[in-house]
Amino acid sequence: MPMYWNEDQQMLADSARPFLADKAPVSHLRALRDEGNADGFSRDLWREFADMGFTGLLVGEEDGGLGLGHVEAGGVLEEIGRNLSPSPFLTTSVGAVTALKSGSPAARQAWLPGIVAGETVAALALEEGARHRPHRVATRAERSGNGFRIDGAKSFTVQAQASDLLIVSARTAGGEREADGITLFAIPRSAPGVTLQSEMLVDSGHAARVVLEGVEVDGDAVLGEVDRGSDTLGHVLSALRAGSSAELVGLAEGASGMTLSYMRERKQFDRIIGSFQALQHRAAHLYCEIEVARAATLKAQQLLDDGSEGAHEAASVAKAMTGMASALAVQEAIQMHGGIGMTDEHDIGFFMKRQRVLAEMFGDADFHAEALARAAGY
Amino acid sequence: MMDQQLDSFRRETRAWLEENCPPEMRTPPKSDADVCWGGRKFQPSSPAQAEWLRVMGERGWTVPDWPAEYGGGGLSAAEAKVLREEMAALGCRNPLQSFGISMLGPALLKYGTEEQKHEHLPRIARGEIRWCQGYSEPNAGSDLASLATRAEDIGDHFLINGQKVWTSYADKADMIFCLVRTDTSSKQGGISFLLFDMEQEGVSTKPIRLISGYSPFCETFFDDVKVPKSNVVGEINKGWDVAKYLLGHEREMISGMGSRGGGASVPDTALRHLGRNEDGRLDDPVLRARIALFEVRSRAFAAMAERFIDTLKAGKAHPAQPSMMKYFGTELNKQRHELLMAAGGHDALEWDSEGSNGGAAPRAWLRTKANSIEGGTSEIQLNIIAKRILDLPGG
Ligand SMILES: Cc1cc2nc3c(=O)[nH]c(=O)nc-3n(C[C@H](O)[C@H](O)[C@H](O)COP(=O)(O)OP(=O)(O)OC[C@H]3O[C@@H](n4cnc5c(N)ncnc54)[C@H](O)[C@@H]3O)c2cc1C
Ligand SMILES: Cc1cc2nc3c(=O)[nH]c(=O)nc-3n(C[C@H](O)[C@H](O)[C@H](O)COP(=O)(O)OP(=O)(O)OC[C@H]3O[C@@H](n4cnc5c(N)ncnc54)[C@H](O)[C@@H]3O)c2cc1C
Repeated sequence: MPMYWNEDQQMLADSARPFLADKAPVSHLRALRDEGNADGFSRDLWREFADMGFTGLLVGEEDGGLGLGHVEAGGVLEEIGRNLSPSPFLTTSVGAVTALKSGSPAARQAWLPGIVAGETVAALALEEGARHRPHRVATRAERSGNGFRIDGAKSFTVQAQASDLLIVSARTAGGEREADGITLFAIPRSAPGVTLQSEMLVDSGHAARVVLEGVEVDGDAVLGEVDRGSDTLGHVLSALRAGSSAELVGLAEGASGMTLSYMRERKQFDRIIGSFQALQHRAAHLYCEIEVARAATLKAQQLLDDGSEGAHEAASVAKAMTGMASALAVQEAIQMHGGIGMTDEHDIGFFMKRQRVLAEMFGDADFHAEALARAAGY
Repeated sequence: MMDQQLDSFRRETRAWLEENCPPEMRTPPKSDADVCWGGRKFQPSSPAQAEWLRVMGERGWTVPDWPAEYGGGGLSAAEAKVLREEMAALGCRNPLQSFGISMLGPALLKYGTEEQKHEHLPRIARGEIRWCQGYSEPNAGSDLASLATRAEDIGDHFLINGQKVWTSYADKADMIFCLVRTDTSSKQGGISFLLFDMEQEGVSTKPIRLISGYSPFCETFFDDVKVPKSNVVGEINKGWDVAKYLLGHEREMISGMGSRGGGASVPDTALRHLGRNEDGRLDDPVLRARIALFEVRSRAFAAMAERFIDTLKAGKAHPAQPSMMKYFGTELNKQRHELLMAAGGHDALEWDSEGSNGGAAPRAWLRTKANSIEGGTSEIQLNIIAKRILDLPGG
C-alpha cells in the first residue's frame, strides 16, 4: 500500500477540513470555556458529526456505520487537531467503537446505534494513577450471579461527566501489575454505584475520577474475553494512540501555520521577523519533525487497517514521535510570537494547553520509547 | 496494477532472488572496501560479489525503474517497491553502489540526448563505468554557482582549465560529470554541465586524507583538457538546471543513510559491550533511555523514507522535499554514531587494533560528520526548506 492517501481518503479529509474550520475553530473552544460549559464540548456539534457520517466512521456497515478504517479516522482527527475542536470523536468513535467491536451482539446493539446517531457519548476509564499505566489495574470485578460486581476507582476519565457509557478495565484475576487477568466492561454511566468527581483540565476539557461501588453488570457487558482483556485493551490503545497521533499532527501543523503567518507579517528592526535566519532554521527544523511524525502516524494507521502484527509497535512509534514534534511546535509557536503569544487573548496558547493533554494521554514519548525498548529485548 | 499481478510478481521475485543471490551477498558489507562500486578498475572482493553484480545487471535490477531500453529493469513504482521489500526480507546487499545510478542517471534520463542515454545509461546499469562529481571548488562550496573552472569555446570542442576539490573517489573514477563556466557575464546562467573521461590528458588528481584516516576524495586539476561539445548535457549555459536537478537526487541518496545506516544496531552494540542488569535491561539506564528515544526517531524516519519514495514516484512530493530528507537523515545518522561510540565506550576508542577491525567504529563515527556537509550542508537545506516550502522571505 503506498504511503499516501488514496482518492477516497483525500475526499473524506477534504470534507472534514471546511466542516471543522467553519463549525469549530479555536473561537468555538474559547466560547465554551468562557461560558463555563460543563461538558467541554457542544452536543449540537456532535450531532453534526453524525450528519457528516463521522460518528460511525469505524463502525461496521452491518451495525449502521461507514465501515472505514483508521486512515480515514485520522483524516478527521487531523482537522480536529488543527482547529482544537472539542468533541468526543477520539474517545467515543475511535476508542469505544474499537472496544465494542469485541463486544457481544447485545452490547453492540445497545450502544452502537446511539453512537452512530451522535446521541451517545462514551468515556474511557482505563487509568488509575498519575501517568499512563494501562496494566496497573486494582479495580476488581468479582463474579456475581451470571454477571460481575465491580469495585474500585479510576482516574483521568475524560468527558465522563457528559458520557452515557463507560469503558472500564477491571481485574478478574492476577496481581495488580500483571497484564493477564484484566477484563474490559461496557458499563452505563447511570448504573447504580457509579459516582463521579469531575474537574476541568488545563485545556478546558473535563476529566473525572470515577468511583465504582458494587456496580452490577451482566455477562453481556464483557468486551472481549474474560481475563484476556489486555488483548482487547491492546487494540483499543493502539487505535487511540494512532488517533491521538493524527490529532497531534494536525495540532502541530495548526500551531506552526499560525506562527508562520505571524512571522510573515510582524516587523522588528524594519524587517519582517520571518526573514531572520535564526528563526527560519528553527521553523524549517520543525517542519521536518512534523513531516516525520506524519509519516509515522500514517504507517501505524495503515498497519492497523491491515490487521498487521506490527501495528502495536508502529502506534507506539507514532505516539512518541508526534508527542515530541508537537511539543516542539507549541513551544516554538509561543516563543516566536513574543509577548503577544503569552496573552490569553491570542489563540496560540490554546494549542500549547491541548498539546499537553494529548501528549500525556495514552502514553507520552518516554512511555512508548520504554515500551519499544522492552519489546526489542533491551 | 492489480493486487493479484503484484502478488505473483512478488512470488516470482522472491523465487528468483532465492535462486540467484549468492549466500555471501545476504549479509551487509564487512567494510567500505567490501562495497561494490564497479568501474574499469573494479577488483571484486569475492567471486560472489562479481556474480551478484552480473546477474542483477543483466536483469536491469541494479536500476529497477529505469526503462529497459537503457539497461534498466522497466519496473513500475509498485513493482520496484516489491523488489526492495523482497531484497530487504532476504537481506540481499545492494549489488552496485554508484554515483552513476543515484546522481548522473536521473539527470541524463531527464536532460540527456538519445545518444547520451544509449551511450552511458546501460554501462552505468551494468557497473562498467564509475563516475565522479566535479562540482565544488576551493571558492565555491555552499555558494556553488560562483564556480570558476573555465571552458573555452574552440569551435567543435571546449578547453577546460581549473580546479575542483572534495571530488569523491576521483582517483578511482573512469569519468566525471563536471560543472564549468562557459560565460562570465552571468552567475547561474553561465554554467554548463559536461561529461568527460578522467583518463585523458590534462586531468590529474591528488588524494586528500580525512579525519577518519581514509582518503576517499581528491583535489582534481584540469590543464587544457579537450572535451567535444556533444558532451554537454542540456544546453550550453543552462547547466545550472541540470546541476540542481541532480543535487535533488544526490540528497535523496545521502538521506538514505539515516534509515539504511547499514551495519550495527545501536541496542545490540550496547548490549554486547555493556551487558544486562538484574532485570535483563541494558546495564546503563541513562544510555538505554537515550537509545530508546533515538530508536523512535529512527523508526519514524524509516516510515518517512518509505512515504517519500512513494510520493516521489507518484509525483506528489514537493520538489524541495529531498532537502528535508537529507537534513533529517544525516543528522539522525550522526546521532546514531554518537550513540554507537557511547555504547562501545573505551573499546570504541581503538584506532588500529585487530580486535577493533582497524578502528572501524571511530572511523565510521568521524566519517558521518561529513554527512551534513557533503551534497549541501544542513544549513543550506534549512535555507531551502524555509524559502521554498515555508515561503519565508529572503534575508
Ligand atoms: C510576562 C511578560 C512580562 C513583561 N514585562 C514587561 C515589563 O515589565 N516592561 C516592559 O517594558 N516590557 C515587558 N514585557 C515585554 C517584553 O520585553 C517583550 O515581549 C520582548 O522584548 C519581546 O518583544 P515582542 O513581544 O514585541 O516580540 P518581537 O520582538 O516581535 O519578537 C517576536 C519573535 O521574533 C524574534 N526576533 C525579533 N527580532 C529578532 C532578530 N533580530 N533576530 C532573531 N529573532 C528575532 C523574537 O526573539 C521573538 O521570538 C513583558 C513580556 C511578558 C511576556
Ligand atoms: C566527504 C565529502 C565528500 C564530498 N564529495 C564531493 C564530491 O564528490 N563532489 C563535489 O563536487 N563536492 C563534494 N563535497 C563538497 C561539498 O559539497 C561541500 O563541502 C559543501 O557543499 C560545503 O561547501 P564548503 O565545504 O565550501 O563549506 P562552506 O560553504 O564554506 O560552508 C562553511 C559553513 O558555513 C555555512 N554556510 C555557508 N553558507 C551559508 C548560508 N547561506 N547560510 C547559513 N550557513 C551557511 C555552512 O553550512 C557551513 O557550516 C564533499 C564534501 C565532503 C565533506
